[in-house]
Amino acid sequence: MANMAQSIRLALHYAETNYDLKDVFGQDVGMPLGGVFTATQGLKTAWNTTLDERGIIGMAMGIAMAGDRCVAEIQFADYIFNTIDLLKIAGNTLWCTNGRYNLPMTVMTPVGAGIRGSVYHSHSFDAWASRLAGWKVVMPSNPLDAYGLLLSCIKDPNPCMFLKPKALMRVRGDELIPGEPANEKELKNMIDAPIGDRSNWKAQWPQVEEYLVPFGKGKITRTGDQITVVSYGRHLLLCNEVADQLKQEGFSVEVIDLRSIYPYDWPLIKASVEKTGRVVFVNEDTEVTNFAEHLSYRVVQELFYNLLARPRVVAGKHIPGIGLHPNLEDASVPQKHDIEQAVREVCMEVP
Amino acid sequence: MSKAKNTVPSESKTSSNPKVESFSGLSKNILVQMYKHMVKTRVLEERLIKIYRAGESYFWIGGPGEEAWGVPLGMLAKKGQGPMYDYLHLHYRCSPTVVAMGLDMLTSIRLMMNRTTDRSTGGRNFSNHFVIPEWNIAPVTSPLEVQYPIACGTAHVQKRTQGSKALTIVTGGDAGTAEGDFASCLILASRRGQELPMLITVQNNKWGISTSYEGQHGETFIADRAKAFNIKAEVINGNDPVESYLKIQESMDYIRKTGKPAFLEAMVSRLYGHSSASGANPIQNEVDPVKDFEQRLLKAGHITLPEVKALWEDYELEGIRAAEQARTEPVPQADSIWNHTYVDNENADWRNF
Ligand SMILES: Cc1ncc(C[n+]2csc(CCOP(=O)(O)OP(=O)(O)O)c2C)c(N)n1
Repeated sequence: MANMAQSIRLALHYAETNYDLKDVFGQDVGMPLGGVFTATQGLKTAWNTTLDERGIIGMAMGIAMAGDRCVAEIQFADYIFNTIDLLKIAGNTLWCTNGRYNLPMTVMTPVGAGIRGSVYHSHSFDAWASRLAGWKVVMPSNPLDAYGLLLSCIKDPNPCMFLKPKALMRVRGDELIPGEPANEKELKNMIDAPIGDRSNWKAQWPQVEEYLVPFGKGKITRTGDQITVVSYGRHLLLCNEVADQLKQEGFSVEVIDLRSIYPYDWPLIKASVEKTGRVVFVNEDTEVTNFAEHLSYRVVQELFYNLLARPRVVAGKHIPGIGLHPNLEDASVPQKHDIEQAVREVCMEVP
Repeated sequence: MSKAKNTVPSESKTSSNPKVESFSGLSKNILVQMYKHMVKTRVLEERLIKIYRAGESYFWIGGPGEEAWGVPLGMLAKKGQGPMYDYLHLHYRCSPTVVAMGLDMLTSIRLMMNRTTDRSTGGRNFSNHFVIPEWNIAPVTSPLEVQYPIACGTAHVQKRTQGSKALTIVTGGDAGTAEGDFASCLILASRRGQELPMLITVQNNKWGISTSYEGQHGETFIADRAKAFNIKAEVINGNDPVESYLKIQESMDYIRKTGKPAFLEAMVSRLYGHSSASGANPIQNEVDPVKDFEQRLLKAGHITLPEVKALWEDYELEGIRAAEQARTEPVPQADSIWNHTYVDNENADWRNF
């Protein structure tokens, strides 16, 4: 079973073979490293850029302007902030040009805490990204979705942002990518670069097949009828765990993996909240003007009379950074017990 | 300098009269063509300013004073669509270049007057923010300097396109070079063994909006910064179309031959101030490159006074007619704001998800 880093690599390989993807680039993305999380090892189109985020995004926009598909990486989302106006321009290019220039580019970047990454390797970007009109924004919670969402991004004619939950890069799922060898060791031997000298190493790619996760399509990962929990990325797994745990106590928790942040699957949220009347939104970006606040607002506007309790947003604290010491990190971004507590409280709330 | 095909000796060069200017051997045909484009641009820009003053547009920014630089640039660009042709990443003072490539006044005036017929932006953006994919003209955007790293992307595609001798042109003002994007471009274009086929240029009018060149630069010339990256670089008199033509041509020949970047810093005038925000009034103490060149051509006998008069009048009439036409055309409507958020107008409004 591939981990998320491997599944991203497989998707990029599929795209450079089948979608005419010609450039995968970023800092240390090419050999010998193949990316700080190894997600670009062995790719024939991967190359190293200068250490310059604006150069990377600018280059991606130019390549896309010339009509070629590309995937650009920002090594950590913490370093994407100085490109924000370029991202804005990428998102408004089609609109400003009256439909005449589209930019088929994908930007991927690792996000979130969970690896003790301290102040500058723990930032989230989903709330920021959701404000970039003209972009499509996704965040997978498992390797298969990572594969399917990344292929959708690369295929799409619009700028797409693929947010990689960095804490999940080594996590495996429970579903195989079509064409992936079932044996983990076999896959590793085929596509993981060896330790040491890699100058003569070449990946042996398995015959993976096209698998697309469409934009705007979430997925129910736990069914229940008492409360809806909406999340994505790393926190989706925590929400699943909370649902399983609370099930022992008789709670019935429905969990939605949104997968796609913009466009998002409103029909799925709506149907679930109509059924449960209670909802908690969970993510780790900071809480003030968090994307979940938009979802919560919409629930209040459109489903007010279905609600049995006030919707709740569980998100990161509105503080300038995430401190390195575990006590600091754990108090800054939602932990399992925070989610559990919120779910309990919302379930217990009496109108 | 390589011997250029179209710099055939002009009559003036072979003249026995040493007082007649030789124009460095440029043909009469090229000289007159440049002059016509320069006059057309000037008349067009002055028309745009009149449209602004008449309250028929919200803002003007443009290129009066940059004709002698911009026109030869447009004439020398290899015009077409896709990586086999030159890409142009221009800024808001590049009307001379676009006119030289074949822009008609109506197209510019529709943009100025925010008509739905404005093919560049559909009434969404400022004057001279051209978007012409058929000529590889990348979208002109307001944020200064972003065009420099973006240009590296089209040059990258050209470099790997088999058989392409095409190059990427990028332009911008002097003050904007303080942005990191300028440095990004010099670095990306000049990496050893991975050099990009780019003509990187700066039009130095010695002003930001109101901040002088001296107020923001320690370097003697901006071109000196390109030299630090081993980029062939020169400072030229951008108020002289002959010098501009020859230096642009020389630089382009070098880039097409070597695949490496070249840099030109063109010293130019700013004849109507920064934009309508600063009044768009004529400035008296700067060289007027159009009038200057006109005098030189008259003196050399390449044009006559009646021809000059007729030319200005004809363009004036084209401008008036174009404005009259644009005035009758529809303007964008409220229900179009979501159009082109995504390709093929795929829904982007969350209310409809
Ligand atoms: C990134 C950015 N900052 C500020 C502005 C506002 N602004 C518009 S033009 C201008 C001055 C530009 O001067 P220069 O680069 O020399 O070009 P010029 O207008 O003189 O041709 C400024 C500050 C802007 N458009 N973009």
